[in-house]
Amino acid sequence: MKHVYLIHKTMSEHNLILVYEGEFTQEITKSVLSMAERNLDSIGEEQNIKRKVFNVMVECLQNICKHADAMKREEERRAIFMIGKENDAYEITSGNYILNANVEGLKSKLDQINGLDKEGLKVLYKELIKNSELSEKGGAGLGFVDIARKSGQKLDFDFEPVNDENSFFSFKTKIIRSNEN
Amino acid sequence: MKAIEIVGTEDTPTILLDKEGNKFELAGRSLPEDAAEFYHPVLQWLTEYAANPNPVTELNIKLEYFNTASSKLLLDVLHKVEALKGVKIIWYYFSGDDDMQEAGEEFAELIEVPFEFKTY
Repeated sequence: MKHVYLIHKTMSEHNLILVYEGEFTQEITKSVLSMAERNLDSIGEEQNIKRKVFNVMVECLQNICKHADAMKREEERRAIFMIGKENDAYEITSGNYILNANVEGLKSKLDQINGLDKEGLKVLYKELIKNSELSEKGGAGLGFVDIARKSGQKLDFDFEPVNDENSFFSFKTKIIRSNEN
Repeated sequence: MKAIEIVGTEDTPTILLDKEGNKFELAGRSLPEDAAEFYHPVLQWLTEYAANPNPVTELNIKLEYFNTASSKLLLDVLHKVEALKGVKIIWYYFSGDDDMQEAGEEFAELIEVPFEFKTY
C-alpha cells in the first residue's frame, strides 16, 4: 500500500491539483474539463486565466485522444494529463505514447513553432486554418500553434524512447497568472 | 425553409438558423472532437439558404470557447455566407477576453464580410 502514499506525496510536492491517468476519450475529456473548471471556479481564478487554461486543456486532451487512436495495444493508449498550480503559473502537462515514425515530424513542428514570435505565430495560424485540409487528425499542428499563442510561452516537450515502435511524448504548457502575462 | 435549432451542450454550441424569423445565431462552446461531422448539417443548410437568401442576414456569433478543430469549420461557415448580399457578422466576446476578440479580428481578415464587434 506504500504506493498510495508515494503518489499522494508526489502530487502534493508538485502542487498538482488534478491528475488523470488511463484511456482518453471525448467523454473523459469532458469530465476532466468540468472537474478542472470547478476547481478554478472554487479558487476564484480570474476569468482570462481560466479561459486560457481551459483552451490549452482542450487542445492537449484532444491531441492525446488522436494519438491514442493510432496505438494498437491497450497499455499504449493509456496516457497521463495533469494540472499543477504554482504561485505564478498553471502548468498543464500531458504524456502519451506516439509512434517512433512520427517523432521527427512532431519535433520539427514544435521546433518551428518555438522559433516564431507573436506575429509569426499569427501568420502561421492563419496559414494553417486557411490551407490545411480538413482531417480527423485536426491537421498540421494547429492545436500546438494555438497553445503557443494562448499561453504566450515557448512549448516545453520531450521524447523518451520506449521500444522499437514507440516513444513517450511529454508536453508542458505554462499559463502565467500575474497580470503582466 | 425549415429552421435548424440545435440545443447547446457542454461541448457543442447552440445553433439557430431561421430564415422565416430572420435569426441566425451560433453561441456557447464549440469543442467537438469531430467538428466536421457536427457542422455538416449547418453547412448544408447555409448552402441551401444561399440559393434564396433574405435581403439582410445578420449572423450572430457568441462563442465562449472553440477548439482549433472548430475554427476551421467556423471559417467554412463564414465562407458560406460570404457571397450573400446584406450579410453581416456580429462577433460577440466577453468583455476583456482578448483572445476571443483577436480570433474574431482574424476571421474578419480572412473573409470579405463586414464584421461588427460587441462585448457582453
